[in-house]
Amino acid sequence: MKKILNLLFKGSASYYIWVGFLLVCIIQGLLAYGAQFNHGLIVTHMRDSVSWGFYIGNFTFLVGVAASAVMLVIPAYIYNWKPIKEVVIFGELLAVAAITMCLFFVLVDMGRPDRLWHMIPVVGRLNFPSSLLDWDAFVLNAYLLVNATVVGHLLWKAYKGEAYNKKIVVPLVIFSIPLAVGIHTVTAFLYNGMASRPYWNSAILAPRFLASALCSGPAVLLILFQVLRKITAFEIKDDAIHKVAELMAYAMGFNLFLFGAEIFKEYYSNTQHLVHYEYLFFGLHGQPSPIAWYAWTSLAFSIVAFFLFLVPATRKNLYTMNIGAVLIYFSVYIEKGIALIIPGYTPDTLGQIYSYTPSMTELRVAAGIFGTGFLIFTLLVRIGIALLFGSPEKSGDLRTAGGTPLVEAEGSV
Amino acid sequence: MSQPKDPDWNQVSRRDAIKTLFTLAAAYTASGCSRDADKLTSFFHSHFKELSPDQLKSNLETWERRYKKRYETDIKVSSTPAKEGVLFGYALDVSRCIGCRRCVYACVKENNQSRDPQIHWITVLQMEKDKGIDLVDSTAYYDPEKVPEEGKFYFPVQCQQCENPPCVKTCPVNATWKEPDGIVVIDYDWCIGCRCCVTACPYGARHFNWTRPGLPREDINPDTEFLGNRPRPKGVVEKCTFCIQRSRKGRYPACVEICPVGARKFGNLLDPESEIRYILKNHRIFILKEELNTQPKFFYYFSI
Repeated sequence: MKKILNLLFKGSASYYIWVGFLLVCIIQGLLAYGAQFNHGLIVTHMRDSVSWGFYIGNFTFLVGVAASAVMLVIPAYIYNWKPIKEVVIFGELLAVAAITMCLFFVLVDMGRPDRLWHMIPVVGRLNFPSSLLDWDAFVLNAYLLVNATVVGHLLWKAYKGEAYNKKIVVPLVIFSIPLAVGIHTVTAFLYNGMASRPYWNSAILAPRFLASALCSGPAVLLILFQVLRKITAFEIKDDAIHKVAELMAYAMGFNLFLFGAEIFKEYYSNTQHLVHYEYLFFGLHGQPSPIAWYAWTSLAFSIVAFFLFLVPATRKNLYTMNIGAVLIYFSVYIEKGIALIIPGYTPDTLGQIYSYTPSMTELRVAAGIFGTGFLIFTLLVRIGIALLFGSPEKSGDLRTAGGTPLVEAEGSV
Repeated sequence: MSQPKDPDWNQVSRRDAIKTLFTLAAAYTASGCSRDADKLTSFFHSHFKELSPDQLKSNLETWERRYKKRYETDIKVSSTPAKEGVLFGYALDVSRCIGCRRCVYACVKENNQSRDPQIHWITVLQMEKDKGIDLVDSTAYYDPEKVPEEGKFYFPVQCQQCENPPCVKTCPVNATWKEPDGIVVIDYDWCIGCRCCVTACPYGARHFNWTRPGLPREDINPDTEFLGNRPRPKGVVEKCTFCIQRSRKGRYPACVEICPVGARKFGNLLDPESEIRYILKNHRIFILKEELNTQPKFFYYFSI
């Protein structure tokens, strides 16, 4: 245990700078949230017209990241695809961090966080099964629990220097696959089920969520693997990275196809429901839309990234592939964070326009939550690397924490 | 110091600890911080539908004490049950409405809405006569010297008291529901402020308290209902209740009473002799967003 604590408190200068930066993010976020707690959500730019905004957009994006990180498990475990297998643990660590951020984003969006206990079964009073938010709370917490258990077990066994228990890990990992699909589907249904908002009331919303999530989560992991490979003892073959990139190309292609289907339906039928897309890409009543710039950026990024990942030459070139991964990350972040929520509310149900963009408080609180998530992820990855692959940093002594590498332990699978 | 071996020692100390806690709690309650004690009690209030008659009575009293402290004036909080054989319905004559917004402000006054920031349960939309009922081209922010304006007509929207309310379906904690007389109400002590219902409502009828409501003492209507117009805290959703504090006592809602042109009609849909039934029988009815199958009990009609 002492070694683990050492691991967290001692590191290179860049480690200190990174953790210090995250702590600054968290502290300023807490201060911003303190003001919001005192004055109410009026310090955000959300109003009755646009009653969900940046917080819920971030929540939706991170549900996708959490879901897709584990979807890498599917080829690894079902097809016994070795190159990806060793990276699955990081997908699960990412899922734990992302779900934690999701729950924080919901919490800061609540008008009465002090009444959170009303949502606890038996103690509170749920509107189950008709409320989709109840379903969402249920699957998100179940997903967090399953992933935390798997990750905890793997790390604990590695710490003890024992092989992990297949009877615990394999069923849980298999169970986490439908749950991963479930969290994103239920989150999509939360919007999808609102008949009052034609922008979301489309049957392909859930498939679109899954397709875009299968791009954004792996994009995070691709970058992460290369960073870890550079600065730690973690090893991953280019082959695995290219496999993940290939999967992302298909997912992005499908995502663009679904988006095109949506655009065709709206523009060809040309009903009044088109106003939401008009607001997203252009503006209404001669007023330019403040989010059009984001929408076009997101679309352009998606298309460029799709071709970078589709063409084998650019996919297998780490330089162009990394550009593609960054483009995909931001394209999906804009798509979920801004282009999904805001046009759904603009114009509102009575046709009125309130031009929402996030307030400084919303940006600060979001930065605080991202800081928390990244801190959790950093610490977990650091422990994970040390236990499974030896030293957390390349220069350090290998396997100081005395663990058996997962890769070896997995030889028994 | 050696550990006492006596097995009773642990029990005695535990009992002492509990006793100390009770004493502290009692001292805290007795020391005159009744406001804080009430606040703490409110935190643990159960859902409205789970309250026994005694608990409900004590809840009402707790709130009266809290309001007295906060607003330094006496506010009566009642809980009047729905009458059997009553289903409230509302009709609005679009051809008569002149867009004066007297209903909007009579509602604010009657129902203790926040004055700063302003919360309105009724939104009056101005529409173009040559476009007809068209929400996208309407405006809620018209501000001429005089109404009605040439070429315009007015279309007030408030809670439609749906038979099939999407807001109730979406609430994660059952904090809002449809009463037997058809009124959709909110338990302000139970709402968690997630705003699913605000999103689900197709009529923009649900309003959130983005901050603590600004309600000056001299503007308070002291005759309040627990599920209706009692002052609201910050962070919860509120909405039109057909003036539940009036309608359940046989009075008209404030908006019906104030309307200078008689465009607003209200009554019991189950009573064949009521005015509302007369209107449904003798006028052509328009249902706002009928395609959503919300089945409103708020009917628009055209007398001219």
